Amino acid sequence: MARTVIPFGPQHPVLPEPVHLDLVVEDERVVEARPSIGFIHRGLEKLAEKKDYVEFTYVAERICGICSFIHSQTYCQAVETLMNVPVPPRALYLRTIWGEMSRIHSHLLWLGLMADGMGFESLFMHSWRIREQLLDIIEATTGGRVIFGSCKVGGVRRDIDDETASGILKELDEIEKDMREIARVFLEDKSVKARLCGIGTLSKQEAYELGCVGPMLRASGVAQDMRTLGYAAFGDIAVEPVTRTEGDSYARSTVRCQELFQSVSIIRQAFAKMPAGEIAVKVTGNPTGETITRTEQPRGEVVYHLKANGTKNLQRFRVRTPTFANLPAMLKVLPGCDLADVPMIVLTIDPCISCTER
Amino acid sequence: MAYFKMSWLALKWALKKPATSPYPFVPRRLLAGSRGKLSFTKDGCVYCNVCAKKCPTHAIVVNRANKKWAIDRLRCIACGYCVEACPKDSLTLKPEHGAPTITRDREIH
Amino acid sequence: MNQPQAFDVIAVDTLLERARALREQGFRLVQISATQLPDQVELTYSFDRDSRLTNLRLNLPNGARLPSISGVFGCAVLYENEVHDLFGVPVDGLAIDFKGNFYKTAVKFPFGSTKAPCAAPAAGAPAPCAVEEVKK
Ligand code: SF4
Ligand code: SF4
Repeated sequence: MARTVIPFGPQHPVLPEPVHLDLVVEDERVVEARPSIGFIHRGLEKLAEKKDYVEFTYVAERICGICSFIHSQTYCQAVETLMNVPVPPRALYLRTIWGEMSRIHSHLLWLGLMADGMGFESLFMHSWRIREQLLDIIEATTGGRVIFGSCKVGGVRRDIDDETASGILKELDEIEKDMREIARVFLEDKSVKARLCGIGTLSKQEAYELGCVGPMLRASGVAQDMRTLGYAAFGDIAVEPVTRTEGDSYARSTVRCQELFQSVSIIRQAFAKMPAGEIAVKVTGNPTGETITRTEQPRGEVVYHLKANGTKNLQRFRVRTPTFANLPAMLKVLPGCDLADVPMIVLTIDPCISCTER
Repeated sequence: MAYFKMSWLALKWALKKPATSPYPFVPRRLLAGSRGKLSFTKDGCVYCNVCAKKCPTHAIVVNRANKKWAIDRLRCIACGYCVEACPKDSLTLKPEHGAPTITRDREIH
Repeated sequence: MNQPQAFDVIAVDTLLERARALREQGFRLVQISATQLPDQVELTYSFDRDSRLTNLRLNLPNGARLPSISGVFGCAVLYENEVHDLFGVPVDGLAIDFKGNFYKTAVKFPFGSTKAPCAAPAAGAPAPCAVEEVKK
């Protein structure tokens, strides 16, 4: 049969960010997919040589517009490891709370994009309505909607007082109730299931060998979650990775939906256990040495490799973002699917291209 | 009943007040903790240049001789570093939205 | 929280062997990262098993060729193309070679020491992928 090459992206209705795929199709079936990225490579890793390590927290936060807070948190954690900074426990708890809030807002964003991608506009509107409530909490506590800017080397820059905390918890109850409603639609509605079940299946073995991370890996049955490493307050708050075994698009959606509620419960526990005290320590001197720090972002494990030589600039700042690790798996599941399912499969890895290219 | 999950949700929200606000007529609710716009109070400022040094985007320019403080609004990312650094508390981040600009003119105080 | 981190320095010609051994023990490739030092490129390969990292370290003189481990860990393709496109390290035996078009940068090899164009692919390099064949 004749083969045709169909370009997918860099501008495509389902893609908020530019990635290009050359899809080789036979009839309606994809036989090969070849990606090319690099449309928005910003060279942020190189910028580390120009900005000092304290200011660089801001750059790290801007690697991604959605997992922004966890990027700055990971960066600060890495620098703190290099400099042996004893971070006050309250700061660690606040980081955990904001980190989980950013996970919820990222998953709700994804849920909306997914619904939008399959043409379910009303579900899209509802998930973003709920996200908006959460963004208001985030803006009121950190000052920014998606760029929190509240993490710094040595701690955090803002505190949440008890009164605000109880207000947040009350609002969180509302948000959780609303999320249950839309999660039920998302997971039980027949039209959604028809679009997702059995699409883009990835076996446990393949997912592991292709180096998948995050919900993509957990949906295939591997219980891996970097939060179990116990960074920030996760030493005190146990996290049980949410897993599914089917490995298809529906399983990945289920994992993300369930993680919404997991994050809500983590926020509640963190508020309950949060100790009083300082929120930051003063940091002096320059970092030396080398470290690899990993945390769990909404999209999966992020790896920071920092190398410092005692000057105020880092020698090497390297980030491996979760989408980068998930690309091979996406290319693996695309061949064999229908052309109409390509957008769904691309969306289920929750692609974040600006992180991928830094 | 798998078909009616969404119909029920849609019906519920059709009867409720809209979740959105009629934007240009009702401006967005300002949140107290928001890092909205940097504002400068001339009175206390000693033109020490600390804010300009601390600013990661080099948005602020201070001229000590002429006692002028200027900011490029399009550069400012509202991070609040200058606010933390200012010894005279001349700078604050207010939860308000700046007017849109299209030129890179410096606002001079 | 912080795991002890060791960087196991190995010679270039043992890389494939070590990678194969790690794969057999059930490790997963986490990342490959390069650092440009004055006269060499330092490569760090991180592998993970049960959330514990094992790192291999290679010191490659500027301009030396790097053997690809994409035959052992399929996902290494992206990292190796990245190392090539950003640092200008020529990589031999890539399963999918983007030939410097993975990142579209204005300057070739922006992170590397040499801004010179890369050498021609070594003999025995894999044939261009099917996409190019179809275009003909
Ligand atoms: S730091 Fe404060 S006092 Fe000094 S120049 Fe800036 S605004 Fe004025
Ligand atoms: S808020 Fe931040 S970016 Fe804006 S002027 Fe102050 S330091 Fe500069």
